[in-house]
Amino acid sequence: MNEIICRAGALYAGYGGKAVVKNVSLEAAEGQVVALVGPNGAGKSTLLKTLIGQLPVIAGEVSLCGQDIKRIGEKEIARLCAAVLTEKPSPELMTCAEVAEAGRYPYTGRLGLLRKEDREKAEEAMRLTGTWELWDRPFRQVSDGQRQMVLLSRALCQEPRLLVLDEPTSFLDIRHKLDFLLLLRSLARERRLAIILSLHELDLAQKFSDRVVCLKEGAVDRAGEPEEIFAGHYIEELYDVRSGSYDSRFGSVEPLKTGREPKVFVIGGGGSGISLYRKLYRSGIPFAAGILPENDMDMPVAEALAERVFSSPSFESIKPGAVDEAITCLAACERLYCCRESFGEQDRENRRLLDWAEKRKIPVVFYSSIQK
Amino acid sequence: MNRKKRLRCAAGFGSLILLLGLFLLLNMMIGSTHLAWHEIVQAFKAEGDILNRSILFAIRMPRLLAAALLGGALAVSGFLLQTFFANPIAGPFVLGISSSAKLVVAMTMIFCLGHRIPISSFVLIGAAFAGAMLCMGAILLASARLRSMSLLIVCGVMIGYICTAITDIMVTFADDSNIVNLHNWSLGSFSSMDMEDVATAALVILPALAIAFLLAKPMGAYQLGEAYARSMGVAIRRFRVELILVSSLLSAVVTSYAGPISFVGIAVPHLVKQLFGTAKPLIMVPACFLGGAVFCLGCDLIARTAFAPADISISTVTAVFGVPVVIAMLLKRGKSRE
Repeated sequence: MNEIICRAGALYAGYGGKAVVKNVSLEAAEGQVVALVGPNGAGKSTLLKTLIGQLPVIAGEVSLCGQDIKRIGEKEIARLCAAVLTEKPSPELMTCAEVAEAGRYPYTGRLGLLRKEDREKAEEAMRLTGTWELWDRPFRQVSDGQRQMVLLSRALCQEPRLLVLDEPTSFLDIRHKLDFLLLLRSLARERRLAIILSLHELDLAQKFSDRVVCLKEGAVDRAGEPEEIFAGHYIEELYDVRSGSYDSRFGSVEPLKTGREPKVFVIGGGGSGISLYRKLYRSGIPFAAGILPENDMDMPVAEALAERVFSSPSFESIKPGAVDEAITCLAACERLYCCRESFGEQDRENRRLLDWAEKRKIPVVFYSSIQK
Repeated sequence: MNRKKRLRCAAGFGSLILLLGLFLLLNMMIGSTHLAWHEIVQAFKAEGDILNRSILFAIRMPRLLAAALLGGALAVSGFLLQTFFANPIAGPFVLGISSSAKLVVAMTMIFCLGHRIPISSFVLIGAAFAGAMLCMGAILLASARLRSMSLLIVCGVMIGYICTAITDIMVTFADDSNIVNLHNWSLGSFSSMDMEDVATAALVILPALAIAFLLAKPMGAYQLGEAYARSMGVAIRRFRVELILVSSLLSAVVTSYAGPISFVGIAVPHLVKQLFGTAKPLIMVPACFLGGAVFCLGCDLIARTAFAPADISISTVTAVFGVPVVIAMLLKRGKSRE
């Protein structure tokens, strides 16, 4: 059984005695990555600050390694948990190594002089985060991604059992986001750290966390494994998304369709339609998409962007009835785009749409998504 | 390399100590009566001309010790305030702390002179400390409301002007023969101190410096920002109170003896940082003290000798040398931000 490192029970917390976080309970065990998600202002930062003892507990309790946080001193807390915060420190004339070494604070003496052992710990942490080669570079002059890694090294120098991170990946590029989260995963696995982090990148929360806690208006709206949270339309509900849709399967965001009658018809399939769908959407041309097997990779985008989608059951050939339906729509369109270069066994019936359009003198454009 | 850094620190301290020795010597030698090297050596051996001895020990010594001690205290006070406000142009003069300490001291002096109450050094230090804390309180209240650091500095400058104006009015209307003294003091000068004053000042300043040195560890953490400092285990409330008390006490002592002295608190920490290539408090506290001592010894030498026999106020000289440093620093910061 993994030890529970951090536990909040029926926690109320906030600023100046006013509760922002209400009745929140959560747990993080060693080796576990817990992601906090939820809209801006839901209380994620407030909750995190309370967990590390920076904001007072108004009611309920927070415990670290089984001890009530109110009963343990600042120094003891600092040895149990370390943080990477949204604050962006800009220390004058400090090198990256000095920033990392600052994490040895709870272990050094009255004057904060570093022993050999402290320097070695800092070097080890920096090697782990891949920032050791920056050790004598001024902290202010390295990139955002490197800075975040140095701050993570600093946190690791505290040798914590709980790592708390507030939106650690928000300002990082895609490579650094991945590197950072992969490193957190391996820290959880190999060093048995409990990790609680808030994330705005839902797709990453889904892929890198063991548990997801959804906060809404200061309370836990839902909590569970990523597979439970990222299902159906829950995320849209959580964030109150009105101007688009969120596809939980792929973590992709699509804007809202305009709700007008389609002006053009697009024959897609097998991924050939996606780029045209987007182009048409951007140009504000309402379109219909068809005829797609329900499991086609064009489907999610078509469903999000196309005013009408004609589909047929997965793994089966398109039924003639579906074609007739599509033809009634095509009749009202000004143009037909065909993204397919040839048709296969299952979507052979799409050929009839093409023939019909040619017979009715509806202009047909062959569109290739691959730029030649 | 780490060794390179250590070497640089050693070189920094070495050069500061050398400069300190040089300026101490120059301050002993130069004046309306020039004392040669051998005359100074003789005086220290209690030999030679009795007049030379009294010039050296009764006039020059207290003044140069005062300049060194108070200058050092001022620079450390400036460094503490810069750390506290995370702003390199914070300082006792800019934030109005010196001026408000001056105001309360002037009020106390006028009151005591008017009622023929003898004034002890500790009363003046106490008055200056009260004034410094009043201003600090106002600044802290303002800082809770003003998110912008530059507005806070403007606030401090305003407080400084108000305090100076009120002091001027009081000095103008106070009718006492001592007003000449008061006037000189309110412009800033090391001239009025005797050996006893120096000893009293040292009695307050040295323990305050020791506390400042012991605050170096949390200060280092605080340089990463308040939230990070807390997450590393700094008892933030206590630390902030200690920092404010020590920095206010240091600038109060200086003001009560030498009046407000401008720009030392900003220029010296900046120069020292550049010299040492680090802002580590553990190094900065002693280095700023040495640097402040050197800076004020140099400036006082000029104040005494440039227009001899007339003294110019020390603040005039520190401004002449300090302001270009501050402007250079601001320009450099502006550039690096782009």
